[in-house]
Amino acid sequence: MLVLAVDTATPSVTAGVVAVDGSSPEVLATLVTVDARAHGELLTPHILGALDDAGHALPDLDAIVCGVGPGPFTGLRAGMATAGALGHALGVPVHPVRTLDAIAAGTTGHLLVTTDARRRELYWATYADGVALTNPAVDRPADVPADAPRRAGTTLYGDVLTMPHTGEEYPTPLGLVTAALGQLDRPARPLVPLYLRRPDATVPGTRKRVTAP
Amino acid sequence: MSLVLGIESSCDETGVGIARLHTDGRIELLADEVASSVDQHARFGGVVPEVASRAHLEAMVPTMRRALAAAEVDLADIDAVAVTCGPGLAGALLVGVSAAKAYSAALRVPLYGVNHLPGHVAADTLQHGALPSPALALLVSGGHTQLLRVDDLATKITEVGSTIDDAAGEAYDKVARILGLPYPGGPPIDKAAAKGDPEAIRFPRGLTGPRDARFDFSFSGLKTAVARWVENRERDGLPVPVEDVAASFQEAVADVLTMKAVRAAHELGIGTMVLSGGVAANSRLSSLARQRCAEAGIELRVPRPRLCTDNGAMIAALGAHLVAAEVHPSPLDLSADPALPVTTVSV
Ligand SMILES: [Zn+2]
Repeated sequence: MLVLAVDTATPSVTAGVVAVDGSSPEVLATLVTVDARAHGELLTPHILGALDDAGHALPDLDAIVCGVGPGPFTGLRAGMATAGALGHALGVPVHPVRTLDAIAAGTTGHLLVTTDARRRELYWATYADGVALTNPAVDRPADVPADAPRRAGTTLYGDVLTMPHTGEEYPTPLGLVTAALGQLDRPARPLVPLYLRRPDATVPGTRKRVTAP
Repeated sequence: MSLVLGIESSCDETGVGIARLHTDGRIELLADEVASSVDQHARFGGVVPEVASRAHLEAMVPTMRRALAAAEVDLADIDAVAVTCGPGLAGALLVGVSAAKAYSAALRVPLYGVNHLPGHVAADTLQHGALPSPALALLVSGGHTQLLRVDDLATKITEVGSTIDDAAGEAYDKVARILGLPYPGGPPIDKAAAKGDPEAIRFPRGLTGPRDARFDFSFSGLKTAVARWVENRERDGLPVPVEDVAASFQEAVADVLTMKAVRAAHELGIGTMVLSGGVAANSRLSSLARQRCAEAGIELRVPRPRLCTDNGAMIAALGAHLVAAEVHPSPLDLSADPALPVTTVSV
């Protein structure tokens, strides 16, 4: 089964083509650019480039695996809108994967995974042998539990989260597909973004006067 | 013959339109599906960009499916994809652009990143056919207030004038709030104004002095004048005649918009005017435009209300004009440009 993996929930514009035979994924091609402002621009070219490198084209795909965050909203949506439209146009399922799960996929032991949530906060979750112990959350670095002996994901706030950093900094095509292995032979779950924050919007109070009271 | 898909997501409407470009140049509208997030913005008194962007992502594929079903075509029949790449809200535009690029790549058809504003003009050609050259366009909505000279819808558009502060539709929203009317302000003010006296209060006409820019607009002063008038009434313990204020405000907006548009058509020697955008549906604006254009011997074209507001049909129509004019398609590394200048019809 030929799987396209995409994720735009971190500064990495990630696209890759992965062949899955039973439970063993093999990465055929990866195209990644780390640029938090280029998701909208580069993702589709990266997808086509990775397919080309793998000797394939879009119609060869059997499924798409898409990171659903948590991640900064605008970048996250670039990947999800792309994956959703590709899945529709190609008639293939789009399987959602939590981006933090993809970073933790295939790791062993107790691990903290963090990604940059901007506004001096981190998205985080903890794992045991790659299996999530907590749901993703967003907190200030000082409020993220520091009991895991290792961390992966962003290296930001190393002064607060002082355990050694091992593993991937960003989700990889291999991690995305590995995290999705249990769901690839089932109908795709709904593709819903993990925002974890409400939109910034305030209900207006009383109108400001233009004349002196 | 060519089937063109149009995707719009620049503000709070997720629109997908499908148009057929016939060999004789006629453009036929096959589908026009819109999912609006306007209700989600109402309690905030204006469009909240993040709320709009979230709604676009949720609505994009379902709206596309509805449009294909309405047009009774398959994705495989599509020959080109057009998408609004600016101007508009950055996060909102990005959803449409990302989806359009994916559809274009998957279907292996050309992609056209297009300007939203000429799209409003192209919408009129779906109803009234080809536009004579040159034509003048007056676009009035919550996001834009512009006078455009259209020499060629696909390639040559210049700005004649625009608002220097608020869009006319924004002034409607703000005045509605002053009068305790709901958001968006256009329809409730229009409704209240129908029962009021447009000459009850003489509100100022912005930028109409002898030395002011001849084709530009300003609505910020008008909004403040309305607020001041209402506050003075309240201070004096008098009731606020909502219907008269609405009618007088609406008269000031319609007066200055139509006066300047007719002036521009006259001075530029243009015989055809298109009035479009969400506020074009306003009853006083369209009736005054009709009256003044008739007096000045200008042909006025106003698309039906559904084509005036933001939708995918207008983008499909503009895409069809680009296909007909054999304009070069956009590259797949196209990105959204929230400040895309109106002179750039396609990227
Ligand atoms: Zn518009």
